Amino acid sequence: MTAATATPTSNKPATPGAKKPRRPRPSGWWLPYALLAPAVVFELVIHVIPMFTGIWMSFLKLTKAFIANWGKAPVTGIKNYSVALDFNGAVGAALLQSFLITCAFTVLVVGISWILGMAAAVALQKEFWGRGFIRTLFLVPYALPMYAGIIAWKFMLQKDTGAVNHFIFDNLGIGGDKPFWLIGNNAFAAVVVVAIWRLWPFAFLMLMAGLQSIPHDVYEASAVDGAKPFRQWRSITLPMVRPVNMVLILVMFLWTFNDFNTPFVLFGNAQPPAGDLISFHIYNASFLTWNFGSGAAMSVLLLLFLLLVSGIYLSVLNRRSHRA
Amino acid sequence: MKIRTLAATAAIAALALTTAGCGGGNNASSPSGSSGGGSITYWASNQGTSLDNDKQVLTPQLEKFTQQTGIKVNLEVIGWNDLQTRIQTAVTSGQAPDVVNIGNTWAASLQSTQAFMPFDDAAMTAIGGKDKFVKTAMDTGGAPGQDPTSVPLYGLAYGLYYNKAMFSTAGLKPPTTWEELVTDAKKLTSGDKYGFALAAGSYTENAHFAFIDAAQNGAELFDGDGKPTFNSDGVVNGIKRYLDLMQTDKLVNIANAQYDNGTKAVNDFATGKVAMILNQNNADSSIVANGMKSSAYGVVPFPAPEGSASDVASHVAGINLSIFDNSKNKDAALKFVKFMTSPETQTALDKPFSSLPVLNGATPNFTDNPEEAKTFADIYATKSKPLPLVPAEDQFESTVGKAMNQMFAKIASGGTVSTDDIHNAMKTAEQQVAAAG
Repeated sequence: MTAATATPTSNKPATPGAKKPRRPRPSGWWLPYALLAPAVVFELVIHVIPMFTGIWMSFLKLTKAFIANWGKAPVTGIKNYSVALDFNGAVGAALLQSFLITCAFTVLVVGISWILGMAAAVALQKEFWGRGFIRTLFLVPYALPMYAGIIAWKFMLQKDTGAVNHFIFDNLGIGGDKPFWLIGNNAFAAVVVVAIWRLWPFAFLMLMAGLQSIPHDVYEASAVDGAKPFRQWRSITLPMVRPVNMVLILVMFLWTFNDFNTPFVLFGNAQPPAGDLISFHIYNASFLTWNFGSGAAMSVLLLLFLLLVSGIYLSVLNRRSHRA
Repeated sequence: MKIRTLAATAAIAALALTTAGCGGGNNASSPSGSSGGGSITYWASNQGTSLDNDKQVLTPQLEKFTQQTGIKVNLEVIGWNDLQTRIQTAVTSGQAPDVVNIGNTWAASLQSTQAFMPFDDAAMTAIGGKDKFVKTAMDTGGAPGQDPTSVPLYGLAYGLYYNKAMFSTAGLKPPTTWEELVTDAKKLTSGDKYGFALAAGSYTENAHFAFIDAAQNGAELFDGDGKPTFNSDGVVNGIKRYLDLMQTDKLVNIANAQYDNGTKAVNDFATGKVAMILNQNNADSSIVANGMKSSAYGVVPFPAPEGSASDVASHVAGINLSIFDNSKNKDAALKFVKFMTSPETQTALDKPFSSLPVLNGATPNFTDNPEEAKTFADIYATKSKPLPLVPAEDQFESTVGKAMNQMFAKIASGGTVSTDDIHNAMKTAEQQVAAAG
């Protein structure tokens, strides 16, 4: 794309008859291309080629009988898609359920992470003793290696030996049976909590950076006019960090919707239906059954959905910023 | 602004697909490629008490092989949680080792990928002939009527382990029918002691017992055309019987619903928390490692209900050896397979890995308890039935096994699973298998 827009400078359409000699290329004309080339190559290798391979795979009957030799896999047209979208069949119904759970999961995780991140960022906006330490503390979940963090949660959420049940039932002395957290319906709550724990420091980090750029004078001026903190937050902070928020929420949405590591590490190979997030579901659908064509079709459907949501999100927000 | 929106959308598309790609795609692991010359790569499964233990046991044998043939062996031991994925990745990417251990129940499924070398007559002769193997074991090498793509390495079978002291204190004899098993276990369940421990969170273990219980009921999992028949009464009742150990009989601690591998149940048994477990004979090494003497427990065949159609007590379990078809060192690989299945190596490995002999005429030496050795040899030879040798077998394990995980989870968290629920779950599993085919 970049190359196409850059070319016209070199050769203007030479009109016939005009004797004007072709302008010699300035020395070093190739430098921008050379500098761009690695990025273009890597973009192709890492993003574009796998993307098209995935789309191509989704039209193949790529089961275990053909996996050793992809070239022989017969084309099935849209069969993989029709199976995935047949919500009366077992495969489609499971995909739909996983999709709905993922939607609920995403709304909760992104929403609560944003609220926590915003609250913490606002609380730490003013200078006070120990601010640096608390900031660092808040960022620990984000800095921790993902697997180490989630594995620790997995131990904490065990029924008989886990810290969570020990704290609630033994230390606080609440009666009743200790529940399972990683199987059955509680699995949803467990995966949501762990995902929030992992995500909110990122929201905190971004919002904190956004808040730094708001000048103090604005707050002081509003304080002179008698604005209370909440009014200041609503009328100054929110509008001023709007660009940050726009990107932040989109990125958090995409990450959370595609979250694979949290359920994979938390639940292992056998995920409970309540914690059956869609990336993990697709992985299971293709890896455990060796049906990579079907898995690719589901991935493409997921892509289309995310594209649609992102497109609507961006166009709505951009239009609004025009009007403003 | 419009162009920028478009560009942003495109960038997001790329971002989204890469992340989606991570989920569904093929993360080729680093190739342990087969370098030419005098060396081969061997992926061993985890048979001992730990991956390191496997390495320690195998290394002297591999050194012996290098001495004899001059071929160097690069060993990697892979845990059971990763082995299937690693093999799949190897098949998909073509970056494969030369020789690999497989769970013998996967033999027919892996055979259908055509990524493994068929042992035709010439290859069989090169490793010492088909007839050196026990027939039961050899039958698991692949689908009937085709050249097998794997040969047996270690033999395993399920047995019912019981704690002798707990049984004699309660004045009980080891059970010979399912009904006796349940009444005995009830007497042994009190306080924090349970009659039974199950790996109820392991889908492979669950699938094995779906098969064994169904076989006791005389039911088959696949019909003659290879179509799944999970929803038949025999299969469903078999599963119900297994679930009821926890659900209605309450002989099993509900915490077992989170036991995602057999070792956890074995540890409960070895530390005296439960009176009985169902496990393959490789439990021995873990039991002894936990400090329980081999004279303190006994083993009987897993009993069927009174008057049932068959007294199948196990599937023909075990580990097979396969050679990847794209190996550049097939001669060296064949020599290695011959070495691993030679009587000397087998005798040396059966003891540390607690496995049954797969060679004709060999005597079991995995335990110093002759009674136990005899029981397991008898179960393996006369009371074992191979899992269906059809390409969809692995899908039976994942669909039915995982459905059973959910059923145990439901029971453990206070719900009930009725026969109708099982029927519905099996219907779904059948559809999933059909859709995958």
